[in-house]
Amino acid sequence: MRLLRRILWLFVNLFLIAFAVLTLTPMVWLIAATLKSPDDLFSYTFFAPRLSLYNFRDLFTTVPFHRYMINSIFVASTMVIVQLFFSSLAGFALAKYDFKGKKPIMILMLSTMMLPSQVLMAPLYELIYRMGLVDSYAGLIIPGAVSVFGIFLFRQSILQVPDELLHAARIDGCSEFRIYWDIVMPISRPMIGAFCLIAFMGSWNSFLWPQIILHKTERFTLPIALNQLVGLYQQQYGTLMAGTFLSVLPVIILFMLLQKEFIAGLTAGAVKG
Amino acid sequence: MATRPTEIPVPTRAVPRTSFWFALQSKWAPYLFVSPFLILFFTFGAYPIVKSLVLAFYVTNGPKSAVFVGLENFRFLLADDDFHKAVWNTAVFAFWSVFLQLPLSLGLALLLNSVWVKGREILRLTFFSPNLLGQVFVGVLFSVLFIPQYGLVNRFLHFLAKVPLDTKWLSNPDLVMPALVLTSLWMYVGFNMIYFLAALQAVDKDLYEAATVDGANAWHQFWAVTLPGIKPVAVFVLVMSTIGSFQLFELPWIMLNNSAGPDQAGLTIVMYLYQTGFVTGDLGYASTVGWTLALGVLMISLFQMRVTGAWKGGD
Repeated sequence: MRLLRRILWLFVNLFLIAFAVLTLTPMVWLIAATLKSPDDLFSYTFFAPRLSLYNFRDLFTTVPFHRYMINSIFVASTMVIVQLFFSSLAGFALAKYDFKGKKPIMILMLSTMMLPSQVLMAPLYELIYRMGLVDSYAGLIIPGAVSVFGIFLFRQSILQVPDELLHAARIDGCSEFRIYWDIVMPISRPMIGAFCLIAFMGSWNSFLWPQIILHKTERFTLPIALNQLVGLYQQQYGTLMAGTFLSVLPVIILFMLLQKEFIAGLTAGAVKG
Repeated sequence: MATRPTEIPVPTRAVPRTSFWFALQSKWAPYLFVSPFLILFFTFGAYPIVKSLVLAFYVTNGPKSAVFVGLENFRFLLADDDFHKAVWNTAVFAFWSVFLQLPLSLGLALLLNSVWVKGREILRLTFFSPNLLGQVFVGVLFSVLFIPQYGLVNRFLHFLAKVPLDTKWLSNPDLVMPALVLTSLWMYVGFNMIYFLAALQAVDKDLYEAATVDGANAWHQFWAVTLPGIKPVAVFVLVMSTIGSFQLFELPWIMLNNSAGPDQAGLTIVMYLYQTGFVTGDLGYASTVGWTLALGVLMISLFQMRVTGAWKGGD
């Protein structure tokens, strides 16, 4: 019996480790590929004996890659701040107030979550076109300034804030906005961390809408810029991989900083139902 | 004299401010707080929804010109071979994503949740990590991993099972779908696992003890305790990943070099919507495709919730 347990233990752990290695292999390969000179790229499966920064140099000299990175950072950060503010504010209202029209709003939100966003793409483009916002960051950011998912997330976490706390503040003469700003938001810190990462990833990785809205190359964000690079660099895989690596790096760094909150936030709505 | 702590005077209770302004702000605050959402929702949500319903009955050329054609778009859709191809491809992808991915995700979660595992945290992060990469970046990476001769996938499979090194994953119509399914498996198995794992950890431990006392073995426990315990989350994951699969676009679009691939083997519904609406410029027909997708997805979701018993009409 003990032997059987040992064998099972070994088997389970070996399987999980093998699966983990398999999961990480493409990423390790990516890092290795960025550090190989073009001649070495396919001569060595992973790392070459002599490392080279050729790919990064090539990337930054032939296209304004730093420009795309700045664009992406700007768009994603703006998106996060705007979404965070509006979504948490609405989430607070829906969690802690009883007001007329609250139920219809909740139903409205639920039904929009069911609708695939691509359905709205054509008329939304028409609207943005008529507003004169095509090829601008405003056209990119404003339609997505509130996240319905974010409202739900914040409502869920703000529900747990004790009402007594808010009443006490009210008696002390705190305005409703200050209750939100000075009491509710500091308590919701973990959820803010999770939401920031989710929103950042959503904006950072988004492709279809920026592809439709942005026309001028100098305004491109990383996903569309990289997609254009694929066409330009058909065979120069090393440079392409350097671009891919630099495009995913910020998200990975942010994740490492926020991973605890992130996974808690991701599953909060689902598990508590 | 016994020293008694000097009594701290209780501060006089602050009287609730009753100024006109204070009363006003506390009455209107909730409306003010939801108003940004409502304004944006009606402008960029409700209006486009109504508009796309209208557009579905028009033929347009870019955002400027539109001609009313009645049900012509829907009639065209029914006979449109490209659209049929897109629906078929998307459905096949969704089928494999759900039936390969979810059992694997659940299996991994069960193993990770078992008492035998060392380093659970690090494994969980590892399995989840591919999900951090956006579909576009994964698409670029895997388009290189799948190249014939030198690509890592072929080298690995050649080493493992003598699969020919010149297997052309992305230019052979029969292999495009397997390549897409494999890539999305890599991306999303760990993501779904996170949900299953969270659900497993929320299952009441006492139930397992009670089951053990009743003489249930691990297999019985799985069916009698675990599965009912994680059912709500499992249904959630099932519905969400089906909806996600039906919206597949970036992965094939990037991996197949901004095309539908050989023999349109990678054409998906959203890709078709994008091509008709924004390459050809017919926003009307794109809306028709969009609404067909939305209704299809809605029906599948309701069907899934019905079959699993998560939705019993009404609520």
